[in-house]
Amino acid sequence: MNVAGLYNYWIVILLMMTGFYVVISSGNLVKKIIGLNLFQASVFILYISMGKVMNGAVPILREGVTTYSNPLPHVLILTAIVVGVATTALGLALVVRIREAYGSVEEDDIHRQDESL
Amino acid sequence: MLIETINIVLLGMLALTALAAVRLHDLFAVTIMFGIYSLLAAVVFVVLDAVDVAFTEAAVGVGISTVLMLATIGLVGRHEQRPVHRPLLPLLVVAVTGAALVYGTLDMPFFADPAAPVHQHVVPYYLGKSPEQTGIPNVVTSILASYRGYDTLGELAVIFTAGVGVLALLGLRRRKRPSKEHPTP
Repeated sequence: MNVAGLYNYWIVILLMMTGFYVVISSGNLVKKIIGLNLFQASVFILYISMGKVMNGAVPILREGVTTYSNPLPHVLILTAIVVGVATTALGLALVVRIREAYGSVEEDDIHRQDESL
Repeated sequence: MLIETINIVLLGMLALTALAAVRLHDLFAVTIMFGIYSLLAAVVFVVLDAVDVAFTEAAVGVGISTVLMLATIGLVGRHEQRPVHRPLLPLLVVAVTGAALVYGTLDMPFFADPAAPVHQHVVPYYLGKSPEQTGIPNVVTSILASYRGYDTLGELAVIFTAGVGVLALLGLRRRKRPSKEHPTP
């Protein structure tokens, strides 16, 4: 088994699972969104790792260079980063609205208030 | 070999930052950890030849995301309640999911393998034809704006929708009732 060849993917999975753990175990809505962002950034690293080519150069064409890294994952991730910030802004706006309506951003408090209605 | 070593060290630092973010309960500290995490990710992108992605991540991921989170914490308070239930079930779910994903990586092409299927399909065409078809030396730009311009248009639609959503949730309501500056507890 080639550990060095799969090291990037394993670290990415560790980061992904850290984000996932924060999302499912934390009761605070802001921390959940931060966890979602940790997860998201780890997916970016997964894609960029797949685009790397051994001894490749930055994909800006110039004289004297023959091997370039793969530009396609870079394009996909550029789009994903910007979309990710847009969705984060929407999520945080929802959190602020929930705080206005319930006076709390803790899941347990919100459930208790819903049940007591 | 130097690049691989830097890559390994940076990814280790990323893992430490993420674990620190999990353990902290002060949301201000968690946000700063997230900022450090994004900045380290941007450095990893430079090492892996993705310079365009690196400066987008450094500007948008580190800058705008962190500012948005800090602004939210300013409105909702910075201390997280200690969890009342034990973290056994989430840990189990995470461990099982992680094990399944690690099993999935065993069939993946190795890191930086030039023969990986991802490098074989349309990318040689883009790298070969981009200068004569678009005249732009940066292939990332020519794919983003030219070959896959419709994807970028779709991205704009998503950002527009998110912006309208944020305004509908916060902006318009506030303007109707300007006396209510602070959210009621």
